[in-house]
Amino acid sequence: MQVELVSPEAVLFSGECSQVVTRTVDGDIAFLDHHAAFIGALDIGQTQLWASDGIVTLALNRGFVEVSNNVVTILSDAAYAADEIDVAAAQADLEAAQAAVAADADDDEAKAAVAWAETRIAVASAA
Amino acid sequence: MASGQERILRRRIRSIDATKKITRAMELIAASRIVRAQARVRAARPYSDKVTAVIANLASAGGEADHPLLREPAEVTKVAYVAIAADRGLCGGYNNNVLRATERAIAADAAEGRDYELVLSGRKALGYFRFRNYRIAAGFEGFSDQPSYADAQQVAAAATELFENGCQRVMLAYTQFHSMGNQSVAIVPFMPLEVGEFDDADGAEDSGGGPEGGYEFEPEPAVILERLLPRYAEARLYSALLEASASEHAARQRAMKAATDNAEELKINLTRIMNRARQDAITTEIMEIVGGAEALAQTGGEVDLLSDTIEARTADLFRARE
Repeated sequence: MQVELVSPEAVLFSGECSQVVTRTVDGDIAFLDHHAAFIGALDIGQTQLWASDGIVTLALNRGFVEVSNNVVTILSDAAYAADEIDVAAAQADLEAAQAAVAADADDDEAKAAVAWAETRIAVASAA
Repeated sequence: MASGQERILRRRIRSIDATKKITRAMELIAASRIVRAQARVRAARPYSDKVTAVIANLASAGGEADHPLLREPAEVTKVAYVAIAADRGLCGGYNNNVLRATERAIAADAAEGRDYELVLSGRKALGYFRFRNYRIAAGFEGFSDQPSYADAQQVAAAATELFENGCQRVMLAYTQFHSMGNQSVAIVPFMPLEVGEFDDADGAEDSGGGPEGGYEFEPEPAVILERLLPRYAEARLYSALLEASASEHAARQRAMKAATDNAEELKINLTRIMNRARQDAITTEIMEIVGGAEALAQTGGEVDLLSDTIEARTADLFRARE
């Protein structure tokens, strides 16, 4: 199936994939060829694309996925491959966000920042 | 005396030549930036097209949420304007056109008893409205050359805040880029967002064999829509910023081309005046020498010596010409 990863500024990935795994706000979901039409809101998490030249793992900071006619379109403001991630910066963000959560356990924004930093670190270290 | 004038003219010509080189360089830079700006406009299109299509699908699947961004006001008492201009000048009427149009729209609203709020992008926009003592709710600068999506998010957030706090309508004033030679100022409604416009955009998509209404949603359509609408607003603002940026470069290129042409013309005219002034000086001087020689010849003096002097002087004059 055709997969398109689109950010507001550019098309980041476009190609043929055999499988796509991503995470909606309700949990992980995988798409194979000829998946039923689907629209979902994505959570912070990893997305994996089984491209012809290997598996591409990306850190996604929310977004949307639309599947129709064997085309998977992922829309995201922020999607980074492992080699695009600045681990030191992610680590710094993580510590700052954790401090914010410790100060205020109801701070949803800080919790999201923790999740986003952890996702980036996980993607970068897996590569 | 006359040679003094010649020197002044030569200095002016040199200064015009230097200015011409600068305007020519700016023209070339602007030209190369238009191409890049156009590429960015194109690169941003897939995202906004796709977001629009997804919203249309959600809307047709009954996801018509009562989202604040969709709420049509019963009465409009306050209108927010998002005006997009440039950070820098030297681009002809680009800044003034869009800012004057915005000012006129505010005045027209005032005549109907509506108040205004201003969100400005670009240093020139800030300067313009600050000088005229307008109330500015939010101002952004430093990215009119190359706006990024993060910049658009900031501006969109400011507009959304005004819309949620007292403004029933948000208008977007910017310069649309139609082609290299054609840009026009437009003031278009921005918020509330209209789901009706999504249906139009979706017309082709549906007939393309898409599973009409057959989508699975996760989570429910209303929740997705709620997340998607702010993205849609950002994407629209982003494309407006990009178009404005392309228009800015086009306007600057045109202005700098005109300046270069003017400098060239000025240079030609001044050179002509300078040549005439020099010729006058030469003529006068020869006349003086000849007159002097004549006077001496009548007294029967040493003519040979004099004609030598004349030759030496004319040689001097012609050397000076080179």
